[in-house]
Amino acid sequence: MQNIAGNRSSLVWAVHLSVLLLVLLWVFPTVGLFVSSFRNADQIATSGWWASLGKVEQNIVVRTLDPDDFRVERNGRYFVDGKLFDQGAEAEVGAWGTSSLEIDKYQPGEEADLGKGRTITVDAAGNYTWSGPEASMTGRGKRLFVTAAIPPDFTLANYDNMLFNEDNVEGMANAFFNTLTVTIPATIIPIVIAAFAAYALAWMEFPGRALLVAAVVGLLVVPLQLALIPLLKLHLDIGIGKGYLGVWLAHTGFGLPLAIYLLRNYMVGLPRDIIENARVDGATEFQIFSRIILPLSFPALASFSIFQFLWTWNDLLVAKVFLIDASGETTVMTNQIVELLGTRGGNWEILATAAFVSIAVPLVVFFLMQRYLVRGLMAGSVK
Amino acid sequence: MHPALQGLITIVLGVGGCLGYFYLANLALDKYIFPPRLDDAGRNINRANLTRPWLFLLPALIALGVYLAYPVIETLRLSLTDRQLDGAFVGFANYQQMFGEPKFWEAMRNNMLWLIVVPAASTAFGLLAAQLTDRIGWGNIAKSLIFMPMAISFVGASVIFKLIYDARPMGQAQIGVLNVVWLQFDGGIGSLLFLRLLPVIILFAFAGIVAYAVWIVLRPIFSGSSAAGILVKLVQVLLSGLGLYLIGLALFNIVSVFGADYTYGVPQNWLTLPFWNSFFLMVVLIWIQTGFAMVILSAALRGIPEETIEAAIVDGANPFQLFFRIKVPQIMGTIVVVWTTITLTVLKVFDIVYAMSNGQWQTQVLANYMFDKLFRANDWGVGSASAIILMLMVMPILVWNVANARKEMR
Amino acid sequence: MADLKLVGVDKTYPGGINVLKDINLEIKAGELIVFVGPSGCGKSTLLRMIAGLERITSGTLEINGQLMNDVPPAQRGIAMVFQSYALYPHMTVRENMSFALKIAKQSQKKIDEAVNNAARILQLESYLDRLPKALSGGQRQRVAIGRSIVRDPLVYLFDEPLSNLDAALRVATRIEIARLKEDMPERTMIYVTHDQVEAMTLASRIVVLANKGIAQVGAPLELYEKPRNEFVAQFIGSPAMNLLPGEITATGDKTTVTLNSGGVVKIPSVPTRDDDLGREVNIGVRPEDFMETEGEYIYSGKVEITEALGEVTLLYFKSETHDGIGVIAKLPGIHSGLRNREVRVTAAADRVHLFADGQSLLYRE
Repeated sequence: MQNIAGNRSSLVWAVHLSVLLLVLLWVFPTVGLFVSSFRNADQIATSGWWASLGKVEQNIVVRTLDPDDFRVERNGRYFVDGKLFDQGAEAEVGAWGTSSLEIDKYQPGEEADLGKGRTITVDAAGNYTWSGPEASMTGRGKRLFVTAAIPPDFTLANYDNMLFNEDNVEGMANAFFNTLTVTIPATIIPIVIAAFAAYALAWMEFPGRALLVAAVVGLLVVPLQLALIPLLKLHLDIGIGKGYLGVWLAHTGFGLPLAIYLLRNYMVGLPRDIIENARVDGATEFQIFSRIILPLSFPALASFSIFQFLWTWNDLLVAKVFLIDASGETTVMTNQIVELLGTRGGNWEILATAAFVSIAVPLVVFFLMQRYLVRGLMAGSVK
Repeated sequence: MHPALQGLITIVLGVGGCLGYFYLANLALDKYIFPPRLDDAGRNINRANLTRPWLFLLPALIALGVYLAYPVIETLRLSLTDRQLDGAFVGFANYQQMFGEPKFWEAMRNNMLWLIVVPAASTAFGLLAAQLTDRIGWGNIAKSLIFMPMAISFVGASVIFKLIYDARPMGQAQIGVLNVVWLQFDGGIGSLLFLRLLPVIILFAFAGIVAYAVWIVLRPIFSGSSAAGILVKLVQVLLSGLGLYLIGLALFNIVSVFGADYTYGVPQNWLTLPFWNSFFLMVVLIWIQTGFAMVILSAALRGIPEETIEAAIVDGANPFQLFFRIKVPQIMGTIVVVWTTITLTVLKVFDIVYAMSNGQWQTQVLANYMFDKLFRANDWGVGSASAIILMLMVMPILVWNVANARKEMR
Repeated sequence: MADLKLVGVDKTYPGGINVLKDINLEIKAGELIVFVGPSGCGKSTLLRMIAGLERITSGTLEINGQLMNDVPPAQRGIAMVFQSYALYPHMTVRENMSFALKIAKQSQKKIDEAVNNAARILQLESYLDRLPKALSGGQRQRVAIGRSIVRDPLVYLFDEPLSNLDAALRVATRIEIARLKEDMPERTMIYVTHDQVEAMTLASRIVVLANKGIAQVGAPLELYEKPRNEFVAQFIGSPAMNLLPGEITATGDKTTVTLNSGGVVKIPSVPTRDDDLGREVNIGVRPEDFMETEGEYIYSGKVEITEALGEVTLLYFKSETHDGIGVIAKLPGIHSGLRNREVRVTAAADRVHLFADGQSLLYRE
């Protein structure tokens, strides 16, 4: 397309700009949460997260060093020298004042007359010099009101609190491991079962095969809401109750149609010659499956595992119905977040961190294995 | 026992058990049940080959049967019985009770809105993104970023958007983007453009598209050239009725947009604004599903034979004609697939509503209504009845899918 | 030593589609048999039935006197080379070649020996550790052949092994297969192709399949010189044999046929009986058997198109019928200026074939 004569370049720029806009629009929400999770509660409450990326104009109140301890005599006058900001902070003073009524009375470098022969001056970098005769340079430090541009200031404290603070009952550590415990068996077991079934449906001739494939396609779209009560009843009746075993079984059952569908479609596409050659080579059906089909189906297996992993990791409904009992010991991250939304609705440092802990793993998986996810989507979106 | 250890044991037992079952069952079949020895070796091999598929399928069939097929029937049964009366058969009493509840109709109405808005918006955005990103060098990175929300849980996305919709009392600094933007409007010319004119244009466009769709559906009936059966005609008329209702709704809202009294300068609690709040919830799902639509449609766009596009260029088509007259018709099949897949997701949407508003402020949807009935009101009868309604709504897609799959098998 | 015997073999697919009917064929050990026929004639199906990949609906297959109908492919003593090569894409060349022996639980030493031997024969030694996707088409084909050599089968089955190769490579590989056959005279090979050059050059005997059955079995030149029926006559040889309708006007040792187009042929090679007199027949003349003449002719017509190829010149006569297939003559050397001219052609009497009702009168009992 690029090679065609007479293409206008203005249109190309419009495309670039529109895509940029679209991408920003789509990334903006996640970035907001991500940035917020690194800010402390005060910062979040007083300014939007976008403000934290650049220098922020902030009004702060600082007290100079106490004259009693730090005054130095030079030429009969007593001086207190110091810095308003910590070493290394690159804040810039915009204006300052000595009274809360006029916080921006002076520009940096100007000198304020404090009476009784005392003067004070603050420069742009936040260095101050306060001086006066001996008698009046006593007591506590002088309060200064400074309007300063503060550079971004991020903290890991939220993560520390939500993940590693064992006293924090709202912490995510327990829920994180619970989610992991749910996810891994619920991803692996359906693959094993589905792989064999898919092979039978793809490469074995038997009466009723077409009917079974159609049934799988049908079950693909059955809303799992229908399964909630009957299965919960079943689990309670046969003694599984609410717990990990129940949730593993449920995820296995719910994941199977997609697994069988994806894998069958992939296996059907493998060349018939290869399978027949293996048959001529003397391989049994089991050997054909394990040594030829399974290795060749790796892309489909990977696709489905990613699907099932994301789905079980992100699931709320199945966990709520089949796993989480009254004790709440087995809560998963999604459930924990929903509960935090109810109890700590305004505490964004907690919410943002909790949410980001839960979406971090899927995001990593997503970016590492996007290729397989896309391939799976192609094959799995129902035709 | 620690759950992680339990999990590990389950993996070993589960996977090992499955593999062991398959291996041993196979071995038994070949070596002991139908050994290929003796005089009838050939017949035994045939018999073994007839048995083997069922051996491979057995675990899957059991799991599918217990976890998907049985519940459908059981739910149907439960919806016709009453738990309080020891599961006595009560006919359609549960359905009658449900149809009498305003909350149910609110859920139905919202579900309808979701069903129209989310697939349409996701597909449209997805198509736009696919078309645009396919033409630039850094398109793959852009795609990756737009696709990313697919990996984020509905709950996580809900938190993300709650931050965007956050409202602080007047006078405090707003930390929700939407309110910051909102507070920029002061009733001047900008407000007129964005808050009156833009919604009106969108609503008009929507009404126009629906009207066009209705016309296409009804045209064969009016012109008398319809060869369709009476059943198809009935469906067409029903669809048109729905379309007319939607057009009416859109026109009504145009009036209300003009009549609306905006409270400029006051931060809004977006999730409690009746009617509009449903749209704020839909945005979350659209945000997630657009990436899906984009990826699939992008692949379809690339699958279009280059020659047809080049022929159209030689024929003098401009980029818009190229897109709407050449490309879109060729990927119509994929668009339908994307649309139905998103429709399925929308029908089952639960987490977003549950996490963001829990169905309050008139945002109820069927799946959440059902959850409410099941686990809060403990009313299994009505809960099951609503699940059956959900199943009925999925039914057309199910039938269509199965029919397609059968066609493909032949 | 592996004799192969098919008796009354039928193939009907589920759904009632019958593709092969009453196939009887005996193959001696050490032969290289080629199955040819138009596409859809069932030649691949026949091969796959011998391999055991398709069930034999009825009839029997014996290899070395043993009934093989229900024996799994791996135990029939055969190896097969597929059109698509069917290499296992996730295994290296070495693993591909040793797979069958591993399945058969041979010792590692034996496996290595066999693989190295096959690799040497096919000059694949330096590719043993590569994956199939890193090989060219010709190399892949050699690996596929190597894979069957490793198993040292009694019968080699080739299913259109060269049709995915380009023209030059096809010739080279064809010669390689011929050489391979020379090196193991006691092994039987069955080779399916739709390409008659491959059939003519490789085969010790050719089996022509058509209309669900065997049209003729014989050595390549036998099929060329003495085709049993019009189908074989036209299938073997290019351009196809000309068929000219006529009537037997004299019988006996020297059959005379008067052609509808006016020519007269005396055929000493095909004797006829008295009751053949007046019978409607086709005479067949291969284009390359025609020669230009001024005297008595078999065919005379206006040349519509000439194709000069240097060594030969093809003359396409204007067709008198409406199906558009006219008589073709292939004259040695260069003939210019014949276009749009009336040309008479004749052929040596012993090169003329005689068919009645599609069957050659030569083979009549």
